[in-house]
Amino acid sequence: MAQLFFGYFAGVIALTAVLVVALRNPVYSALALLVLFFHVAGLYVTLHAEFLAAVQLIVYAGAILVLYLFVVMLLNLKQDDRYHHQWRVAAFVCVPLLLEFLVLLAGNGVAPQPSPLTDEQTAAASDNTMAIGTTLFTTYLFPFEVASLILLVAMIGAIILAKRDIGEGGQP
Amino acid sequence: MTIPISYYLILSAIVFLTGVVGVLIRRNIIAILLSIELMLNATNINFVAFSEYLQDMGGQVFVFFALTVAAAEVAVGLAIIIALHRAKDSINIEEFNLLKW
Repeated sequence: MAQLFFGYFAGVIALTAVLVVALRNPVYSALALLVLFFHVAGLYVTLHAEFLAAVQLIVYAGAILVLYLFVVMLLNLKQDDRYHHQWRVAAFVCVPLLLEFLVLLAGNGVAPQPSPLTDEQTAAASDNTMAIGTTLFTTYLFPFEVASLILLVAMIGAIILAKRDIGEGGQP
Repeated sequence: MTIPISYYLILSAIVFLTGVVGVLIRRNIIAILLSIELMLNATNINFVAFSEYLQDMGGQVFVFFALTVAAAEVAVGLAIIIALHRAKDSINIEEFNLLKW
């Protein structure tokens, strides 16, 4: 049963990832990415990360992708997008990576199974959100504050960059 | 019956390679940013799979941070695209060679 779910999610994720790159129209690419985000969230649920699945849907599918679609609609693009002539560089970089991947895949068997959970770990795994919150606000408290600073800087930076005629506001 | 971790690594590698290819061969800047999102998602799948495998919450917390950085990256990236489109009336990557020597 778990393998059935994994097969479905992995198949759709791989297919939509290829579609994101292959489709010409950016709107269709963004919609393929939306399907990918939903299936990644499903994969997180099978991995017992329910909180992250919810955050994935809310932040990625809800906020980031809407921002993309908004900008695509705002810019009113013409259909002149073709592939880059840089595809030789792409092949040069990616074919060795692919070969390496295949070699690793052929050489290695299956990783050993994780050891069975202790009672304490089972209790921690049963409440995913609480466990994440505890870890986030004890071990990772300082990175959490830094992340909030990053968001503030990104917000100010986006406003400054997208503002019209910055620096010539004094002129009529 | 659980899924071996190597399957998750294979899936993540496939998605990451697709993202690399997308960054290198597309000419539309928005498609390039979408490919970067693909790569970020591939790393997130790895983080969550290892978090489950090693029974360590740190992996899921790092996905949280990666999500924060992705949101910041998208906001700034799209603002840059809007500024570029305003300057050149195009978002084709080959039109922009301002920083090339």
